[in-house]
Amino acid sequence: MADAVLTVRSLTGVEMTLPVAGPGMRSYAFLIDWQIRLLGALAVLLIVVLLRLLPGLPKPLGAHLLVGGGIVALSIYLLYQPVAEIVTRGRTPGLRTAGARIVTLEGTTPGVGSLLIRNVFRLIDALPLCYVVGLITCMLTERHVRLGDIVAGTVMVCAAEAAGAPLERLVLHAQRSALTPDTAELVHDLLERFNTLAPAQRTALALAVLRKVDPDFDVSGTAPEEGALRARLEALLGSVERS
Amino acid sequence: MGLSNDPEAAVWVRRHAAQWQQLAAETAASARRTHLSVEQALQTLGAYRTLSRHLATVRSQLPGSLPAAALERTCAQLHTVVNRPARFGRAEWVRMVREDVPAAAAAVRVTTLWLAALLAVSTCAGWWLISRYPELVSLIASPQMIDGVEHGHLWTYQILTLGPPALLSARIFSNNVMVTLGAFCFGTLFGLGAFYMIAFNGLMLGGLLAFTHQHGLGLGLLKFTLAHGPVELSVMCLAAAAGTALGEALIRPAEFTRHEALRRRAAQLGPLLLACALLLLGSGLIEGFVSPRPQISILARLAIGLGYWTLMLLWLSGRLFRRTGPRVTS
Repeated sequence: MADAVLTVRSLTGVEMTLPVAGPGMRSYAFLIDWQIRLLGALAVLLIVVLLRLLPGLPKPLGAHLLVGGGIVALSIYLLYQPVAEIVTRGRTPGLRTAGARIVTLEGTTPGVGSLLIRNVFRLIDALPLCYVVGLITCMLTERHVRLGDIVAGTVMVCAAEAAGAPLERLVLHAQRSALTPDTAELVHDLLERFNTLAPAQRTALALAVLRKVDPDFDVSGTAPEEGALRARLEALLGSVERS
Repeated sequence: MGLSNDPEAAVWVRRHAAQWQQLAAETAASARRTHLSVEQALQTLGAYRTLSRHLATVRSQLPGSLPAAALERTCAQLHTVVNRPARFGRAEWVRMVREDVPAAAAAVRVTTLWLAALLAVSTCAGWWLISRYPELVSLIASPQMIDGVEHGHLWTYQILTLGPPALLSARIFSNNVMVTLGAFCFGTLFGLGAFYMIAFNGLMLGGLLAFTHQHGLGLGLLKFTLAHGPVELSVMCLAAAAGTALGEALIRPAEFTRHEALRRRAAQLGPLLLACALLLLGSGLIEGFVSPRPQISILARLAIGLGYWTLMLLWLSGRLFRRTGPRVTS
């Protein structure tokens, strides 16, 4: 299946695409947020229990403390998600860590109403247990959305920083390297994966790339060492000074 | 992604890359600030426009290239950050309470009345069913409840033994909110979920009234529900009506797609749900602090119940928070 994207139109009429977060990224973000709210609720309960152990605490006060603590803990657990989404404008700590954010179908930051509606529909998405309905809807829909998103008109998309901030890399290559942007990216990709490739493969790939992009590279004679090839590629990219 | 090795284009990209990064950083920083002057806002928009324009240029000169992809990603990100709604401040809350809630209630008024009629009919049906077949009460009441009523004790006055009134109110409130939100959400099943919840609750209510009446405790149950019941039942009908409206949007989307119709209807009815939650909060407090106390007279309960219900009607009809002065538009 091709990666889903959300196409939006900018103020100047130029169309842009935002990569849509899949079920994996969504689940990852949810699990982080779930852990935060669970730990928050448990922390409140722990504080209450410790306070009740204080010597000389009147019994009625202890009972009230327990009731109050229970209500606060329950509120944290139940209200964390909608409150966090509203306060962070669709970028809860879980979403941030997973590299995702919630946007409207127009690609804009969602309003309070949309965020509340998508949270209300967790009632159905969480059925019968562990978000089975939500997960199935997410897998079956084109934009990987759960029922709450469909009703609220929201989509979860990958944030730019999750994609490796290509603009920063482009600038870096432009400043340091004489290569054209696409060639620089090709060399960058090869260097990034260099250690994960088999030795024979990386040598062959490095040779092929160097023959294509580096006119000074001497192809005759004995095959250069792997380290030398890597250093040459890094020099082309400008990450180390050319020798 | 294709490789574009046009040297001239590469020079152009190299000349502008740092500027793009700077513009992107400036725009993102401005968009994160809570308050911006008009000048700053215009500057941010200018930077965003410049980036969009350059994106169009890069796309035409270097289609499918890395710079095009990088710029597009940055522009799309900025688009999300720049196009954000205004903060939901005091003015928005006031507008919602004063205008949006009554408007949403008016949009579902007829459906609410129909659902109230359904609730009445199913209550009568529940009454008839339990009067005719008393053994069916085991379907709607627990053995402890049945045993208590058969021995002349109403379970409602024992609920204070379950915990302090504040905790009781919180439990009742959360339970009622879940039922109400359920009635709303299950409306997406083409309205059938909302019908089911109203009919089921009506049957239960009628059945319990009939069962307690058979044992001479009907008045006691009525006395218990008098203070909080009117608003609680009305809110349930309202939420179910909102849910039915969602179902209607799916069945009859009019000029929109079903998806768009559903989205619009949900956005329109969202404030009503918030109003329902607030009303249930009051209802829960009454049920926790007033209803279980036998020393409170039936007249006082009637006054509280009717008073709260009237307050609700005034709010939903837009009369409670009606604007007194002329509307100021900016």
